[in-house]
Amino acid sequence: MSQGRPQPVPQQPDLLRVESLRVSFGRGIAENTVVRSISFSLRPGQCLAIVGESGSGKSVTARSLIGLAGRYANVHARQLSFDGMDLIGLSDRAWRRIRGTEIGFVLQDALVSLDPLRRIGKEVGEGLLLHGAVSSREELAQRVIALLKLVGVPEPETRAEQLPHQLSGGQRQRALIASALALDPRILIADEPTTALDVTAQAHVLALLEETKTRGKALILISHDLAVVSRVADEILVMRGGEVVERGTAAQIFRDPRHPYTRQLLDAVPSGRPPGSRLSPSTIVRSPLPQMQLPLQSLPKSRPILLEATSLVKRFKGPDGTLRAAVDGVSFEVRSGETLGIVGESGSGKSTMARMVLALDEPDEGAVQFAGRPWTTLAECERRARRRSLSIIYQDPLGSFDPRWTVGRIISDSLSSDVETRRKRQERVIELLDLVGLSQALLDRRPLELSGGQRQRVAIARAIAPNPAVIVCDEPVSALDVSIQAQVLDLLGYLKDHLGVSYLFISHDLSVVRHISDRLIVMRRGRIVDSGATEEIFRNPLSEYTKSLIAAMPRLVRDQHIGHSTTILEGGIA
Amino acid sequence: MTGSNGVRIVAHHPIVWFARRIFSGVVVVWAAATFAFLIQCVLPGDRAQIIINVTSGNVGPASSAELAAINAKYGFDQPLAVQYGKYILQILHGDLGESYQQHRPVAAIIAERIGPTIVLAIAALLIAWLIAILTTLFIAGRDNIWSKLLNGTQVFLATVPPYWLATILLVLFAVKLGIFPVIGGNSPIGLVLPTLALALELSGFFGQVVQNEFTRVLEQPFVTSARARGMSDFGVRLRHVLRHAALPGITLSGWALGRLLSGAILIEVVFARQGLGGVLVAATSSRDVPIVSGAVLISAALFVLASLIVDLTYRVVDPRIKLT
Repeated sequence: MSQGRPQPVPQQPDLLRVESLRVSFGRGIAENTVVRSISFSLRPGQCLAIVGESGSGKSVTARSLIGLAGRYANVHARQLSFDGMDLIGLSDRAWRRIRGTEIGFVLQDALVSLDPLRRIGKEVGEGLLLHGAVSSREELAQRVIALLKLVGVPEPETRAEQLPHQLSGGQRQRALIASALALDPRILIADEPTTALDVTAQAHVLALLEETKTRGKALILISHDLAVVSRVADEILVMRGGEVVERGTAAQIFRDPRHPYTRQLLDAVPSGRPPGSRLSPSTIVRSPLPQMQLPLQSLPKSRPILLEATSLVKRFKGPDGTLRAAVDGVSFEVRSGETLGIVGESGSGKSTMARMVLALDEPDEGAVQFAGRPWTTLAECERRARRRSLSIIYQDPLGSFDPRWTVGRIISDSLSSDVETRRKRQERVIELLDLVGLSQALLDRRPLELSGGQRQRVAIARAIAPNPAVIVCDEPVSALDVSIQAQVLDLLGYLKDHLGVSYLFISHDLSVVRHISDRLIVMRRGRIVDSGATEEIFRNPLSEYTKSLIAAMPRLVRDQHIGHSTTILEGGIA
Repeated sequence: MTGSNGVRIVAHHPIVWFARRIFSGVVVVWAAATFAFLIQCVLPGDRAQIIINVTSGNVGPASSAELAAINAKYGFDQPLAVQYGKYILQILHGDLGESYQQHRPVAAIIAERIGPTIVLAIAALLIAWLIAILTTLFIAGRDNIWSKLLNGTQVFLATVPPYWLATILLVLFAVKLGIFPVIGGNSPIGLVLPTLALALELSGFFGQVVQNEFTRVLEQPFVTSARARGMSDFGVRLRHVLRHAALPGITLSGWALGRLLSGAILIEVVFARQGLGGVLVAATSSRDVPIVSGAVLISAALFVLASLIVDLTYRVVDPRIKLT
């Protein structure tokens, strides 16, 4: 499967061999096979990427490699061996000698993958203690600091004493990688290591993984996003429904994808497509999407201003007791029928600003005007009647639903009270479901019974139910797989043209914001560092920060990749 | 702006938090004192009449001269507000009044009897925790017969009233088997059965709470992370899961201690132990109101103290909590 491809380190024997791996849960008629017949092998210094949407079996495959597929999993394979040692039917004790020492595993989402009650240093050093790799407390402390330095955590001495929630997402992810690298394992498996991170942090973590690879470690990288793996992977397996639908070298897959699903995954990456174009195959939105004209260099000034924020300031107390301005003098306007994108890394004040726009938090200074009238300066009782004109879509729809309510009730609850009869309300709910591309069979389902994409569609239906003029979208696609993200972005674009609604679209993902926004503001540490028409900013970014954000954007490195692996080859020969 | 922010920063200081907790505790005790005072006034029957009956042992109505003397002695003839003020002042001086029957200060009576009751309640709390943690640590979340059996036992224990359990334990271990004394007095060996009678019920209750959280945390990604580092199942349970699982139990401990104090009073009567229980039961049946209201006041103070300890413990176990 890897013929004709430049090998980074040729003569090395396989470190890991997997042949016909099959994983199922349950027994008898209840048996549910989630991975069927997967084979691959891995050499030192090589990176294998397993790509697919949630539920494709990629995580279970990875967990089977360290014997943690779960208590009820049945794992079968013709061959499953590490460095010549058979891994099938290994006792728990024998597995424990391999876990951490030979194979390091980085779980997805470091916030929940690090024990929230333990200090970072303890967590990172745990493997060292478990396998008796250190003889004294001082040595342990030194090794922990060295590990944190290795993965590029700033101020390692301070961080080691902190709790996971006190670190940024990127730092947490690095700390988690440090804990997996503690015993210098020969294989590192990383399950969605960048999914919860903003672009800059994502780029850093990917660079770290790449560096780990060049130090001779074998790497298995699992992701739903082809753009993420394109930089590091030598070989790619595309999985769907528990099967490998396509495999090949990274260059092959990006240049010449064979399977339609692979092409669909490639198309779903927003940075690879012209802004405003469709990202998903048109199965969901029935009416043909109107072709959007390219933006909108100078938006007609005749469009009325709907939302106007002037010099918003909001301060919070930092951990050291000093006041910090989360939002520091931000002004912007949203015109009717327009999408204003707000981009920035986590902690840049985006969400605080959204809360002020929604009048959930009161600004310390400045004010927001809505539809030409005061908004944030009003008393809540005066505001309430107009709240329906301003909707919100959250990042995590599940958390914003009452889990006991049915879909029908969730949507109907936010309908305007003008819709009086029960029947009319029901009709309107079905109409809304139809509009967001959901069947009315979902009416009686509860949020937990829906898929991630369906939940976000319900959230969108709820947001448009009261006929709002502006919808604030706070990271609406960050928690979704790229393929689902593509569908949701298409839907939002469709609704904008169809209903004439305006969006205030907040995201850390530059490629997503670029895709959907007419105008863009870039925020950093509570201030606007760049603003203007989206394409203008991309063509000609003013601030260094915007430039670095654009540079950090994960994109499909179709051509760069070839050049990149050539360098490695040259290095290997030299 | 800066002024109010300055205040906010000071408000987050641990000492300020502590002072605030103490203040709110004082408010609770004051409310309990007011309640105890009101009991005395609202109870049916003339207070002077009750006092004469309790003191003399006679049942019949007393003469008006006798009543007037008592009223003057205890100040019942003064306006309610004055009585209330005097009562609060007395409490501030540590004086809880005088028992009608024993003619001794209530504070002294309670002080000499409350020790064994507190020992019993705390012993029961510790034993309940020990049982709940050990059983959960070894059995919870494992899909075997022991796990099911444990679950059933916990539910059973949590629903059984302690005084019934006390009787069963007494008959079984003291009367039939003769391992423990029937009437233990206040010796350590005599503490075993009463403690068990109280602790078993609570251990079932704690066990259910802890076990529930325990099985949930066992599935968390950070637990899998620890396993991926090569940690054993027991190691994971002890070092990672237990701490999380204990949190809701710790929150409940303050409430449990209050419950144990009142439970202990019943159990003491069953086992004929020297404690607050005997005094209170006697005082209640003979309408010796100062003792009862003194006990109410002391219980409230203990409860406030217990919840303060619980909050501090919670903070030690969960370092994420800020003092706010």
